[in-house]
Parts: sequence; structure tokens; C-alpha cells
Amino acid sequence: MNKTVNHKAWFFVLPVLLLVAFNAIVPLITVVNYSVQETFGDNVFFWSGITWFEDVLQSPRFHAALGRQLAFTFTILVIEVPLGVAIALAMPRKGIWVSVCLVLMAMPLLIPWNVVGAMWNIFALPEIGLLGKTLNSLGFDYNYTRQPGAAWFTLVMMDVWHWTSLVVLLAYAGLVSIPDAYYQAARIDGASPFAIFRYIQLPKMKRVLTIAILLRFMDSFNIYTEPSVLTGGGPGNSTTLLSIDLVKIALGQFDLGPAAAMSLVYFLVILLMSWIFYTLMTRNEEN
Amino acid sequence: MEDAVMFSVQWWTEPLGTWMAWTRATIAFFLFVFGCIALMGAWEYFSPGGNPRRGVFALETTRGDRLFITLIGCAFIFIGWLYFFGAPLWWPLGVCVLWALFVFSLV
Repeated sequence: MNKTVNHKAWFFVLPVLLLVAFNAIVPLITVVNYSVQETFGDNVFFWSGITWFEDVLQSPRFHAALGRQLAFTFTILVIEVPLGVAIALAMPRKGIWVSVCLVLMAMPLLIPWNVVGAMWNIFALPEIGLLGKTLNSLGFDYNYTRQPGAAWFTLVMMDVWHWTSLVVLLAYAGLVSIPDAYYQAARIDGASPFAIFRYIQLPKMKRVLTIAILLRFMDSFNIYTEPSVLTGGGPGNSTTLLSIDLVKIALGQFDLGPAAAMSLVYFLVILLMSWIFYTLMTRNEEN
Repeated sequence: MEDAVMFSVQWWTEPLGTWMAWTRATIAFFLFVFGCIALMGAWEYFSPGGNPRRGVFALETTRGDRLFITLIGCAFIFIGWLYFFGAPLWWPLGVCVLWALFVFSLV
């Protein structure tokens, strides 16, 4: 049978293409244009060549923000992925508790990001917040508005609270798709629980876990709202992640040129990392 | 502003109005990028052969993938050069051409 060739389908993609062009491609091109010019407002521009790129690449401030960003992303991945897998393994597979657990797990994901920031802001306040007050009455000197360490602790806790569920749900979806026959075979062979996890569950979860890591990587690398509401980048600059720094330069100081150059470098880093993850993911599929 | 001499530095870099803050230099850059993509389409139309192949990095790449790897590689070559040696950027341009040849022939 001959396959019909019909190119009309392309027209149905056109609206999406136009939408993407106006909300992503045109702004991105504008950012490139800004990155090689200087403006003092009033839409008057002066050519500055690659000066802003040189400035950004040599700037200790950018290096520090990038370092903090990498540290944050690495920390939350190291906590959220194993924790998510552990919770998914502990969740029931049959019965009424499945829905209860799933709804409970989905709950943090439904809360708007700025609300999460505001909740944790109040929750961790040393004088009135439940977490802050409890820690202080237990004898810990905890004040996230003054101590960088406490601010980081709160930030990481908040992200773990908000996003571990995503890893849990994805890992759980991977787990329930494993046919019973695998477990029966393992039981006949007398495999230990660890062996079952290592040779059956983990390989079967590999794909969803790669997706989970990719999503968490990109989201945490772009994170702005939650830390901005929780700490505003402080105390000092200790929790100023890349996006917060970018907003400070672009909107706080209105340095559009340097901000554009910085966002392009930032964009390239995310693009490269995502491409590497994506390539590894599709290679797994081939194998 | 007096009219700039065609192809002079001022001609390339003067602002062309307020919308999107275009200059001729950035127009040329985007024409090059979109031209590359259009050229890939024409290449595939007249001489099909864009099926995935496995190259020196043991990656399955199509022609489009190779263009992407070339462009992102060039971006990082320029950034790296700017970081370690600074301007001018003629040498990394040469490196980029070599990189493109390498990617399209071997990767």
C-alpha cells in the first residue's frame, strides 16, 4: 500500500511557530542585539562590540554567581534524586493508599512558586516561624536572614520540599510499569531486595530518572521566584543565584548591555548541558 | 548623523532604529545563521543523505545535529578564547572553520 504524502499538516504547526517566534525567537534576537550595544535609556544605542562579553567573562561577580548556581543545582540533585527514588520504592503499589499517597505527593507541585517562597519565608522566621522558632528553642542559632549557611539550608530544604515529589511521581511511574514476571523470576532465583533494586528496578527506572534529572537540572538552573521571595539573594550575596543576579543587573541597574551578554552566556551553558543530557538519554534508548 | 560610507565600521555598527535595536552587523549574523539552516534544507532536497550516522564520538548524528554541534561549539570556542586570550577574535574564527569542517566530515 502506498503511503499518502500530505504536506498540509505543516500549516497546522504554523500558529505554534508564530507564537514561539514572538515569545521566544524575537526576544532572543533582541537580546543578541542588546549584547553588543550600550544604551542610556530613551532607546538610544551605541555600538560597544564585544566589551560586555569580555566584562562578563572576567567578572568575579559572574563567576561567583555561576559557582553558587552550580553548587545549588548539584546539591538539590544529589538530595532529590535518591530521596525521590527511596520514597517511590516505599509507596504502596496496590490498594486504597495508592491514591492517597499520589495526591499527597502531587500537592507541593500544585502550589505557585511565589507562594512556596512566601510560605517558607514565614515558616523559617526565627521569632515566629514554626521551623525557625523550633530550631532556636532546641538550642540551634538559626536565622536565615543573617546567616549565609542558614539561608542556604532553608533554600535547599524549600526546593527539596517543593520538587522531590516530581522525582517521586516519575520514579513511581517507572516502578509500576515493571511486569510481575520480573519479580517472580527474582524470587525464584532467591535475589536479595538490593539485587532486585540494582538489577530490575533501577534499570527499568533509568529512562524516567533521566527525564527527572533533566527537568530538575533545567528548572533549578533557571530558578528565580522561590529564592527571590525567600531571601532576595541575601544575606549579602550569599544566595544570589544567576537569575537573581541577572535581574539585578538588567532591572535594578538597568545595564541592558551587560545583562544581555550575561544572559547569552547563561543561555549557552544551559543549552550545552541540556544537549549533553538529551544526547545521553537518547543513547540509552538506542542501547 | 551623516551617512556612513558603505561597509565602513560605522556603516556596520550604527543603530537602525529603536525596534529590536538592530545594527547591520547583527543582521549579518542572523542572516548567516538562518542562511545556514536554509542551506541545510536545500542540501537535503538536492542531495538527500541526512540519515543518522555514527562518527568519531560514537554519536548518532544527522546533518542538522552536526550543524547544531558546529554552532554551539563555535560559540564556546569564541567564549573560551575571549576568556583566556581576549580580543581580537580572528584566530578563533579560524578555529571555528576547522571545527565546522571536522564536525561535518567526521562526527
